[in-house]
Amino acid sequence: MLSINNLHARVEDKPILKGVTLDVPAGEVHAIMGPNGAGKSTLSYVLSGRGGYEVTEGSAALNGDDLLALEPNERAAKGLFLSFQYPLEIPGVPALTFIRTALNAQRRARGEDEIAAPAFLKLAKEKAAALKIDFDMLKRGLNVGFSGGEKKRMEIFQMSMLSPKFLILDETDSGLDIDALKIVSEGVNALRSPERGMLVITHYQRLLDYIKPDKVHVLAAGRIVASGGPELALQLEAEGYDRYVGVAA
Amino acid sequence: MAAVKETVDTVAALEKYEHGFTTEIDQEFAPKGLSEDIVRFISAKKEEPEWMLGWRLEAYRRWLELDEPNWAKVDFPKIDYQDSYYYAAPKTKEGPKSLDEVDPELLAVYAKLGIPLKEQEVLAGVEGAPRYAVDAVFDSVSVVTTFKKELAAVGVIFCSMSEAIREHPELVRQYLGSVVPTSDNYFACLNSAVFSDGSFVYIPPGVRCPMELSTYFRINAKDSGQFERTLIIADKGAYCSYLEGCTAPMRDENQLHAAVVELVLLDDAEIKYSTVQNWYPGDPETGKGGIYNFVTKRADCRGDRSKVSWTQVETGSAITWKYPSCVLRGEGSSGEFYSIAVTNGHQQADTGTKMIHLGANTKSRIVAKGISAGKSTSTYRGLVSAHPKAKGARNFTQCDSLLIGKTCAAHTVPYIEARNGQSVFEHEATTTRLSDDQLFYCQQRGLSQEEAVALLVNGFVKDVLQQLPMEFAVEAQKLVAISLEGSVG
Repeated sequence: MLSINNLHARVEDKPILKGVTLDVPAGEVHAIMGPNGAGKSTLSYVLSGRGGYEVTEGSAALNGDDLLALEPNERAAKGLFLSFQYPLEIPGVPALTFIRTALNAQRRARGEDEIAAPAFLKLAKEKAAALKIDFDMLKRGLNVGFSGGEKKRMEIFQMSMLSPKFLILDETDSGLDIDALKIVSEGVNALRSPERGMLVITHYQRLLDYIKPDKVHVLAAGRIVASGGPELALQLEAEGYDRYVGVAA
Repeated sequence: MAAVKETVDTVAALEKYEHGFTTEIDQEFAPKGLSEDIVRFISAKKEEPEWMLGWRLEAYRRWLELDEPNWAKVDFPKIDYQDSYYYAAPKTKEGPKSLDEVDPELLAVYAKLGIPLKEQEVLAGVEGAPRYAVDAVFDSVSVVTTFKKELAAVGVIFCSMSEAIREHPELVRQYLGSVVPTSDNYFACLNSAVFSDGSFVYIPPGVRCPMELSTYFRINAKDSGQFERTLIIADKGAYCSYLEGCTAPMRDENQLHAAVVELVLLDDAEIKYSTVQNWYPGDPETGKGGIYNFVTKRADCRGDRSKVSWTQVETGSAITWKYPSCVLRGEGSSGEFYSIAVTNGHQQADTGTKMIHLGANTKSRIVAKGISAGKSTSTYRGLVSAHPKAKGARNFTQCDSLLIGKTCAAHTVPYIEARNGQSVFEHEATTTRLSDDQLFYCQQRGLSQEEAVALLVNGFVKDVLQQLPMEFAVEAQKLVAISLEGSVG
């Protein structure tokens, strides 16, 4: 599914990723934890193709497709979805319009037919109900005036509408209260399937109580410095990142 | 969203300025330059009565005493008013025209522009599609006006200004210059002296005009100016919706377009006036050429409860300098101004509106959206004033600017004057930059960069596009996207 090999990336002259190697097979959920500044968000941006990052070495592929050679929208069409830590506001474009435009753009890129309006609306109603999103909210400008929790829920809603093959959740738990965290986690768990892989980036163990990972990796100073099962997250929660901070520097 | 895809397809398919072709056609010119003789020449060409010539000459003499204004935030080299043709007309027979008499070359121009001049073609269109009547103005003259008979059956007069002067002198004499006096400003004064054609509309009391009226302005001749004059009168309780479109060939010289539009509204009348302005904007790289669009547009809500609405989509012209205004004289009258001004390349726009509240309980609303890209500058300039008698006047102004890239500029210059204590004026303004983060967010969801720009810009201008008649809204949406082509990345 997702295979990252010796990935180095920098912003301007500052190296951030210094050789990340990681394999996430289909059907598995891997968590990436690490202290602030470790390069967690950079990894998600490099994988999804945001500008401003220069890959200096290494590779990243999704189902054999070289991600780094593709435009961000081409990566999306291949099934890569990034749930943003800080989702953007799109004034004047209702959420439904936005998602339908995106879905159809992806379908065209894959050579599929566009989704018909009735089928799209039916799907949207189902998914919105599951995430306890008021349908009227989908007719307002995307994320405009939404609370932090609402924005995160909208990310998961988009994710379930677009039905991607591989999900990256970047700090999805930040800004969520416990009820919102449960709803969001249920939404994510509903997408778990043998065909789908997930990378869950988080600073805290809390999210992993709800989205149970198959593996946990510690990213520090631009490298994976430790890997293990779910128990590694609990250990980090108890001991903090101190023991890893010096390791890779 | 089909419209977005369509926008993108259009952008991909089109040249930067698709209306830039020139037409080789036999034309008749007045000698270059401006003098009393030229004014007499134009008047004679149009077989005008003596009073009209007198009106023009008086305007011309006034113009000689005026100085060109320079307060707008636009830059251009000094205009040589003697180095331009003030009259250019295709050689065709004068008098009432039927389509058969129009030069086929001319008809081809309008076919190429997608303007339906054959009524049966409009009729044969999609079932239920709204019909609209067209007055086609080519350089200095109106070449044809459609649906005149059908409109006349309900008492609506829709014809060229030249014809109105000949056929309906009583209406023209009563109203021409009554909203924009000849000496109102430098360019209106020039227009009054040399205007050549334009549209005339009269809607009788209580009549709701049965179709959209539109005028399509085309500048074709080299080194010529276009000075059209439009006058619309909505009598008591009358309603009409009117749209104007404009295009011009790509030329290296700047051409002046100095129009005057006057709207008169009596009690309970309503006029919706929409503009889709797509004059040649000049070369996007060098800034060479393009139209100077210096226009005076004003509506006089003389009647109580009358209502006027200006909607403009300004994407073309090297320089746009205009303020469609509302004089809210009648008690309870209302004015609206919805504007999208897009500037790219080296374009400059200084545009906005004036809402002059004279009567009690008058209302106005302004929604202005400016989008700047490339090396362009865009200024919103607007006046809202309430006079002592305008008690209970209300205005709401919303003025948003969107910047694309790092070399463009946007300015907002509101003037607010309340001369009584019982007026409520609200003003909101925002300036935002189309951010790389927003673009990336859209791209991450599967949109290409062009699709992302189109979607974000459409969202930004949505409030205004909704005000346009439907088929023009689609057209305008495409136009906005095309104008911004290549503005990112």
